[in-house]
Amino acid sequence: MATPFRALVRLSHGENVFDLLSRRRRWYVISAVVLTLCIVGLFVRGLNLSIEFRGGSDFRVPHAVTATTVTEAQQVVAKSGVPDLSDITVTTIGANTVQVQTRSLTSPEVTEVRGALARWAGVPSEQVSYSLIGASWGKQITQKGIIALSVFLVLVGIAIALYFRDWRMAVAAIVAVLHDLLVTIGIYAWVGFSVTPATLTALLTILGYSLYDTMVVFDRVRENVHELPSHRETYTSAANRSLNEVLVRSINTTIIGVLPVLALLIAGVFVLGTGPIKDLSLAMFVGMIAGSYSSIFIAASLLVDMKERTAEMRDWRRKLARHEERERQREESLAAAMGAQTTSTAPVVLAVDVNDTSADVAPAPPQPLAPGDRHQPQHRTREQRRGH
Amino acid sequence: MVILVVLAAVYGTMGGLQSWFPKLGLDLRGGTTITLTAANSTGSGQVDRNSLEQARTIIQQRVDSLGVGESQVTTAGNNQITVSVPNVSQDRLRDMVGQTALLNFRVVYYGQTVSVPSASPSAAPSPQAQPSTSASSAPTGNNLPTAPAASAAATPTLKPSAYPSLAGSGTSQDKALAWQPTEQDFANFQAYSCGQPVNDVADQPLMTCDREGTTKYLLGPTVVTGNQVTNASAGIPQNQLQWVVSLEFDQAGTKLFADATTQLAQGVPSKQFAIVLDGKVVSAPQVNEVIPNGRAQIDGGSTGFTQQAAQNLASVLKYGALPLSLSIDSVDTVSPVLGGEQLQGALIAGALGLVLVAAFAIAIYRSLSWVVMATIVLALGLTYGLLVLLGQSLGVALNLPGVAGAIVGIGVTADSFVIFFERIKDEVRAGRTLRSSVESGWRKARGTILISDGVQLLSALVLFILSIGAVRGFAFILGLTTLIDIVITFLFTKPMMTLLMRTRYYGEGRRGSGLEPAQIGVDSLPIRRRRRTAASTPEEA
Repeated sequence: MATPFRALVRLSHGENVFDLLSRRRRWYVISAVVLTLCIVGLFVRGLNLSIEFRGGSDFRVPHAVTATTVTEAQQVVAKSGVPDLSDITVTTIGANTVQVQTRSLTSPEVTEVRGALARWAGVPSEQVSYSLIGASWGKQITQKGIIALSVFLVLVGIAIALYFRDWRMAVAAIVAVLHDLLVTIGIYAWVGFSVTPATLTALLTILGYSLYDTMVVFDRVRENVHELPSHRETYTSAANRSLNEVLVRSINTTIIGVLPVLALLIAGVFVLGTGPIKDLSLAMFVGMIAGSYSSIFIAASLLVDMKERTAEMRDWRRKLARHEERERQREESLAAAMGAQTTSTAPVVLAVDVNDTSADVAPAPPQPLAPGDRHQPQHRTREQRRGH
Repeated sequence: MVILVVLAAVYGTMGGLQSWFPKLGLDLRGGTTITLTAANSTGSGQVDRNSLEQARTIIQQRVDSLGVGESQVTTAGNNQITVSVPNVSQDRLRDMVGQTALLNFRVVYYGQTVSVPSASPSAAPSPQAQPSTSASSAPTGNNLPTAPAASAAATPTLKPSAYPSLAGSGTSQDKALAWQPTEQDFANFQAYSCGQPVNDVADQPLMTCDREGTTKYLLGPTVVTGNQVTNASAGIPQNQLQWVVSLEFDQAGTKLFADATTQLAQGVPSKQFAIVLDGKVVSAPQVNEVIPNGRAQIDGGSTGFTQQAAQNLASVLKYGALPLSLSIDSVDTVSPVLGGEQLQGALIAGALGLVLVAAFAIAIYRSLSWVVMATIVLALGLTYGLLVLLGQSLGVALNLPGVAGAIVGIGVTADSFVIFFERIKDEVRAGRTLRSSVESGWRKARGTILISDGVQLLSALVLFILSIGAVRGFAFILGLTTLIDIVITFLFTKPMMTLLMRTRYYGEGRRGSGLEPAQIGVDSLPIRRRRRTAASTPEEA
């Protein structure tokens, strides 16, 4: 326990502790496994859609409304012997009617529930009216929602691309958002809480939160990458530095954001039992954690992968390698001039390129100076000299 | 300091308006529920499922356009629709939901002022229809096309039949302009008196009256139908006092309307067309010029529209006519969907969550944590206040998902402080004094806070504009908390930190201030310099 804690303390002291980005493949694999599980969950268990999406059964009982009526009716239905009736909605209409809405019931189940309600109200079964209700959040609303979502993602993508002047950041951010949505939905399928309009709202919250979090990380990356030429480091290591700088903030913020949600979740599951609170808070809990994870591990990794493939970065890495080579040569020639034995110490590697295996980046072997080569020092701008 | 003024202003306004609570949604407060039964127009008793679903969607859109928070519209059984809405009076809901909104535009052949005992002596000036781009001209007097003298025209053998003939001799829309009334039609018209049932069939002529029952009209078959209306909005045009409803037609409708106004402008068969809604003439404006752009206006005729009537009509027209005629079975109040214990539980849990946040903040930020807690409390106060004030005008009702949105939004408010604080630490490590770290850290944190809040705001805005009723309240709260975050960060957090740095306790990073050297990761804080040097130290880690 002590080691991670110490690492965190060092991190909060601004040290560059974790080499997160060289383990990109590991983060991808973790996410791939989780996503696969989620998709399997969706197919195997499916989503438990609420009455609003699927329709259900609706009973109306003539019964005088008092303060305890709703609770009584809920208990009556729960004890009626029909399975899976914990998620029901009981409302009162006017002063003398109680409305009970449940999932779609089969004919014998309807008879059961009707009988139970009638006995409770002390009226014959026929006086408990029963009808099938359709979905209030039908296909159309869901379709509309999906259209809104797509428009939204495209717009936000454009906004991000414009702000950072880099479309790759927009792509990475949006992939991270989709990742969070999928993870949350998948966990829902496994846990089996019901998907209500409230759940959907929570999903939308996550969307905004995930993007927000990614923006904070990318803003830091942008700032550090901006100083690339003077720092003599690869894009990857600059991004990695940014992640280390932001990590403390991410952890603190996530804790602050998640604590109230966790309280809601615990209250919803253990105290209140059924109801929208647990549905909603589960989605928010999972989504916020996934959102923080993805903004650090997925969005940043994707960004680095896309960025390091560009010609610009390839040239930059080559330049860095050449520079290192020259440094080594200078050290060697110095050592030779001193008349000492050639040192066999490996050069200090400043930039490690993880994924680039193309041979043309490998440092060129030292060439003897050919006639026509420049002997003057390389021209460098003041900024480059200063960064040195 | 400014922020307290803002807060006081918000709450002062609330006190002035005597409204201390936001509108609550169906799930927290309950509302009105209405049950409608569809009667099939063919009378076979079976209602087509698709029509019922279509009617459900249209009603849902109408109710959502009222902006009263989340509504619930479901089909029940084979022929019923149940509508539950919070914050709406029963009468208004009845008006909104009950209108079938069968709308059509017909040419006026004859109009006849009917003497109504209590009516105003002179008939009202007929309203004008103009292209909405041109300036309005003064309304001319009442010049209804009158029917030819009764004596010669009507042969005694003709008995008035109840309606214009229905013997399958329908007139299609494109032929409607060429339709001519027969002797029979004319006889029927003479016999017709207001209040008799009307038979509003699209391809048949129509005899009906205006809504006040002061004028009866003989109208040709439908030229443009309500289905060809693409958009409708209510408003008061410039230089006018009355509410009107503006319409736009689709392509086919625009063409038909242009053809009709071309003919009518020449006074063939008269200069008027009638706008018929649910079988009554809403207005019969004069056509003085061709209207080629497919825009028309309905004003409320002589009585005018109230604001509510205009808005109702606009929303009804915008979302189309109901495919079924619906009768209202019952209107009742409905209890909250959620038991009180749910909201109570949520609030208690939320409060506990805040206590946990406070504990965490104290662990991390020591005595500076009161700044975090103050921002959270301020954000809560402002969010609540503005929700009460703006919720009324924007028609946003607070429901449980909205509460969830607020919790996340408030987390984001705390985040601004976290970002700022980490930046201050970075600056101190770069060798600045605490005091100047606050200033330069702020300059750097500001950009991050603004861009991330900007994205959040954009998401809220898009969701608010595009979303269906239920998500609107949530999107509103999300946007509101984000804006409040920006306000609080700029007007409270930053000035507060600057002030704190002037105290010896914080400014020198004493024990428990959350700014001890050990917390930041430096051996000792730089001694405060007397002279302020321009900050231009190269940032070398």
